[in-house]
Amino acid sequence: MKRIWIRYGHIVDPDTGLDGVFDIVIAKGKIESIGDPGPDTKTEDCEVIDVRGKLVTPGLIDMHTHLREPGHEYKETIETGCRAAAHGGFTAICCMPNTSPVNDNQSVTDYIIKKAGKVGSVRVYPVGAISQGLAGKSLAEYGEMKTAGVVALTDDGNPVMNAQLMRRALEYAKGFDLPLISHCEDRNLTGRGVMNEGATATRLGLAGIPNASESVMVARDIALSELTQAPVHIAHVSTRDSVRLIREAKERGIPVTAETAPHYFSLTEEAVIGYNTHAKVHPPLRSSKDVKAILEGLQDGTIDVIASDHAPHSSVEKDLEFDMAANGLIGLETSLPLSLALVHSGTLTLAQIISKMSTHPARILRINPRRLKPGDPADLTIIDPLKEFTVRANRFQSKSRNTPFEGWQLKGKAILTIVKGKIVFHDGGPIKERTDTAAEP
Amino acid sequence: MTKIKFEKKDLLDIESLSENDITLILDTAESLKEISDRPIKKVPTLRGKTIVHFFHEPSTRTRTSFEIAAKRLSADTVSVSTGTSSIVKGETLADTARNLEAMSPDAIVLRHGSAGAPHMLARLVRSSVINAGDGMHAHPTQALLDMLTIKQRKGRLKGLRVVIAGDIAHSRVARSDIVGLTKMGARVHVVGPPTMIPMGMETLDVTVGHDIGRAVKSADVIIMLRIQKERQQALLFPSDREYAQFFGLNRQVMSKAKPNVLIMHPGPINRGVELAPEVADGPYSVILEQVTNGVAVRMAILYLLLGGPR
Repeated sequence: MKRIWIRYGHIVDPDTGLDGVFDIVIAKGKIESIGDPGPDTKTEDCEVIDVRGKLVTPGLIDMHTHLREPGHEYKETIETGCRAAAHGGFTAICCMPNTSPVNDNQSVTDYIIKKAGKVGSVRVYPVGAISQGLAGKSLAEYGEMKTAGVVALTDDGNPVMNAQLMRRALEYAKGFDLPLISHCEDRNLTGRGVMNEGATATRLGLAGIPNASESVMVARDIALSELTQAPVHIAHVSTRDSVRLIREAKERGIPVTAETAPHYFSLTEEAVIGYNTHAKVHPPLRSSKDVKAILEGLQDGTIDVIASDHAPHSSVEKDLEFDMAANGLIGLETSLPLSLALVHSGTLTLAQIISKMSTHPARILRINPRRLKPGDPADLTIIDPLKEFTVRANRFQSKSRNTPFEGWQLKGKAILTIVKGKIVFHDGGPIKERTDTAAEP
Repeated sequence: MTKIKFEKKDLLDIESLSENDITLILDTAESLKEISDRPIKKVPTLRGKTIVHFFHEPSTRTRTSFEIAAKRLSADTVSVSTGTSSIVKGETLADTARNLEAMSPDAIVLRHGSAGAPHMLARLVRSSVINAGDGMHAHPTQALLDMLTIKQRKGRLKGLRVVIAGDIAHSRVARSDIVGLTKMGARVHVVGPPTMIPMGMETLDVTVGHDIGRAVKSADVIIMLRIQKERQQALLFPSDREYAQFFGLNRQVMSKAKPNVLIMHPGPINRGVELAPEVADGPYSVILEQVTNGVAVRMAILYLLLGGPR
């Protein structure tokens, strides 16, 4: 394999603190060296890529992806999901266990890992189920799944309604050093709700889901984490109440971490107006007050991670009456641009974004640390922070088209994604050295 | 009266109507009302037009009213209901819509359990779509017939105090009435147990209370809503008995009301729950006038959407 010499990139690495223009040389899947841009001596065995004016960051991780394989390959496969991830700048993704069959045992974990090894362009880390069949009744086999390769446990899509099961899951998982990712929702409070409760739902005649549906469970899980001293990661935080609870828990030293998704800081419940099923998601899009609190939580570190909650659905599930349509939207190919919008608006620094999309997920999941250091695996993302584009779902790599961001003008996107020293995505546009790569359609 | 043209393709909700649109519909209904009093209750206005009545939820009153309205205007009507439609074979609303569209009806009247279903249908078909009730969202023809009834009795809508009482949260009638009446300048007060008042009610420009006795005192009109027994399971109220006692309209509550107050109800009535029998049948009740006006309002809608100069 040829060496790759990435020249003149602006390296931003929150872990090592590197921030400046350097050259990186990649060889044998690893970072060989990082140094001041040297003389322009192009060698035979070296592919030179000039990334002047672009950002070079540790490889991004999406810690909340639904790949749909096995079972729902018409929505997404491991292959198409990985391709979408690579195009979105992700070098690794964590796939949720709500497939069919459910990833609640080592053979499903095994299948995903083998298939990803064969067809996947990015790293795939499976997340196993907390309970058998996601049914919330009995513990799944954490030990065997860990051996097979899961990095965390969740019943995502379903809450663990039984507090005793959640307690035992936290305790048992702690013995295997597996973090729990909690989908916080009280199903009784959600009831038949299909969007955020409030004036908009009342006007539209749609049943509402109160903020408390999420926050009572966040409060419960914090209490259980305190009781068991086991880490809990709160998935897709959407409300101001949850942000406050998590902030207080962190101040008290409880091992809780949290993520939000770009749609919870980019959209409000008003996106539903017109009965737009692409804006139907669980938890629901909330009010502008919640969006403000999410942004504050991102700023002060209460929210550690930005994850896409990429949830592909076909028109079969979405081209329906609003209350019958499936929940979820795709995000792998819009997550980074929507997050970079927070840098453009001065809400977050670039280093904060990279931490939340790379360093922090790696730390929470205890996988390869994401940093740019000689000797480390060469997983990196190169971003053109100024590249403007229009979101067009029909140009996505994902099999599904369910995005509420269709037609949005965004600024900043990944142009080059490198996994284990291999280029898995290269936007041919601005970089002249490689004319053999077809430009993105 | 200057004739204002009705330029809309569909009637989906009251929100999308202007004050002028509402006035036009009510005036048209008023002028068409006399057809129903003729010995031969039929005019040729909509001859050759085809109207599909697509009822995805049970309905007697609204459906009969729409059918009679269409027939009095000489339109050809076809009825499809859940039991006889392909929905039971798993066909989606979108596909049903496309199939209906392929048969070129002029209007589709849709009753559906999901809020927004008529809006979805209207995006998919060229025919006019008339919402005959969608989930908890809207029931525009009911609001229009309510407004017509009030206007006939009181001579105006502006400045009237209208109380709407009962399960506001689950009522499409309440939503459409609120939007229509406030648009026409009436002041609306909603009353019911807090479990039945949805969040964000104040943004609809109404006042909220929980004491029906106090609410009726200054009311010019009281619209009672039907209490659905299944809401008991949803923990909205403990029993019919208690509901009737604290939130129903009975003789004792009525003794506090103005002498010329109007009592209305979209039907069907739960006698002895939200309405005591002596109130339902009493002198203030205009419930059957509402039903009569329903036909006139629906004739007006059909005429304006299909018959008038577009």
